[in-house]
Amino acid sequence: MERNMMIAGFGGQGVMTMGKLLAEATSQATDLNVTFFPSYGAAMRGGTSNCYVVISDEPIGAPVSYNLEDLVVMNGPSLRKFLPNLKPGGTLFVNSTIVTEEVERDDIKIVKAPATQMAIDINNPRALNVIMLGVYVGATDAVPEEVIVKGIEHKFQAKPHLIEPNVDAFKMGLELGRQQK
Amino acid sequence: MAERVFMKGTEAIAEAAVRAGCRFFAGYPITPQNEIPEYMARRLPEVGGSFVQGESEVASVNMLYGAASTGIRAMSSSSSCGISLYSEGVSYCASARIPMVYVNVQRGGPGIGAIQPAQQDYLQATKASGNGGFRMIVLAPDSVQECVDMVYEAFDLAERDQNPVLLLTDGVMGTMMEPVVLPEMRSDEELKAFREKFMPRAIVGHPLGQQAFCRPGSVGDGQEQENIKAAAMYETWDKDVRVEEYMMDDAEIVFAAYGISARISRAVLRELRKQGIKAGMIRPITVSPFPYDAFRNLDFDRVKGIIDVEMSIPAQMRWDIDFAVQNRVPVKEVLRSGGQLLTNDQVMNGAMEFIKEVL
Repeated sequence: MERNMMIAGFGGQGVMTMGKLLAEATSQATDLNVTFFPSYGAAMRGGTSNCYVVISDEPIGAPVSYNLEDLVVMNGPSLRKFLPNLKPGGTLFVNSTIVTEEVERDDIKIVKAPATQMAIDINNPRALNVIMLGVYVGATDAVPEEVIVKGIEHKFQAKPHLIEPNVDAFKMGLELGRQQK
Repeated sequence: MAERVFMKGTEAIAEAAVRAGCRFFAGYPITPQNEIPEYMARRLPEVGGSFVQGESEVASVNMLYGAASTGIRAMSSSSSCGISLYSEGVSYCASARIPMVYVNVQRGGPGIGAIQPAQQDYLQATKASGNGGFRMIVLAPDSVQECVDMVYEAFDLAERDQNPVLLLTDGVMGTMMEPVVLPEMRSDEELKAFREKFMPRAIVGHPLGQQAFCRPGSVGDGQEQENIKAAAMYETWDKDVRVEEYMMDDAEIVFAAYGISARISRAVLRELRKQGIKAGMIRPITVSPFPYDAFRNLDFDRVKGIIDVEMSIPAQMRWDIDFAVQNRVPVKEVLRSGGQLLTNDQVMNGAMEFIKEVL
């Protein structure tokens, strides 16, 4: 079974890091096939940055899809630009601190999380992407939670004091995601 | 088994080249291959190698020519319009029978094209990478793992034949990250053994006659004699033809694709199989020498049509398919270009249109 997703937001919201963390952690802790494909090239300040992650137990074809199962949007421009690429029945994950507009589709599932505000509340504003990753994993079970915890430990092995706050942020998101499963 | 690591295609290519014994790299920046020189700039000094950012592609390929003619394993990389600037140097290396490896991480074209991925350089890569009618082995990986395995092997092939080898990949595979198992670092002894077997030479310190043939032309009938030798070497490549024939035993619909298009086609044909459609794929792994026999030997009573999938407009590999198939079955093209990425859905839609017509 193949699961493809896109994460999109402002540059600086940790969109690429979130995708890479999910993909690399999956690569390290499972036997699944996984690809990470970042957007690159001309970009505009205040515009969108995005990446694709595909996870599958079969060999993966294109690492990119315009018929997404899951779409994570961290800002308004991303919602407007990429919502048409979410397939009917797919799941939209919204950073509801930043994205306040109504979602004009009723054929999809919507999971809302005020990730930016939650990150500010725990005095760790940069952790909004890890919170959102928690929400995503909690709502989808795309990979077991231990996979991401191990991934965080690996990513921050050179800065061990950052492991615990990030694992905490991840678990906070996980909880919120599970509630909306 | 060695641990799998999660790497970007370009960086995996660079690391595999270092492990294959590459100790010289010259190149000039261009998207989407920049991470190869970036990685090499950091990595080569760690293993006693040299990295040079040339002042241009033309300078870089000629530095490669010089470095490789001393017997050291040398590589360069570029993308599409940058590769065009390599043409003269590559042709000189082929003329001088210099074993060097270079990588084309293809982007849009023609002209400056687009920085997004494409497969727009097939005919250039396989038929005429420079003037003079020389040939090269051209390897076309369809995963980051194959990028690694092929660049590792490319140096051996280059030394065996004393000829340039091209790794033809694209911006999707260069940019994406995938799990990969890296090969062992080649030991100095292994590399020395290779050099002694295939290249008992060095420019410095050897008497005349034993030195490298590193001039691009010669007087009298010298050039023709060299061309005859090169042609005889190309004739030995039947053994080097590599092709993946995937689910072909009973296939009625045959995908023909290389590189990124092949992995997408493979995913699509698995879906078609689930719907009861007998689809298979012929994937050239060496696009030069091309696996013509895989197409010539198709059971044309059974096969109803071929779907040529390429990230190129117009189609380019189509020339080789047509040369082998000779209109015995219809060929449908599913193409994207100009930096527009091919997806599973687009290939599926194109395939379904064709299947309705021919089945």
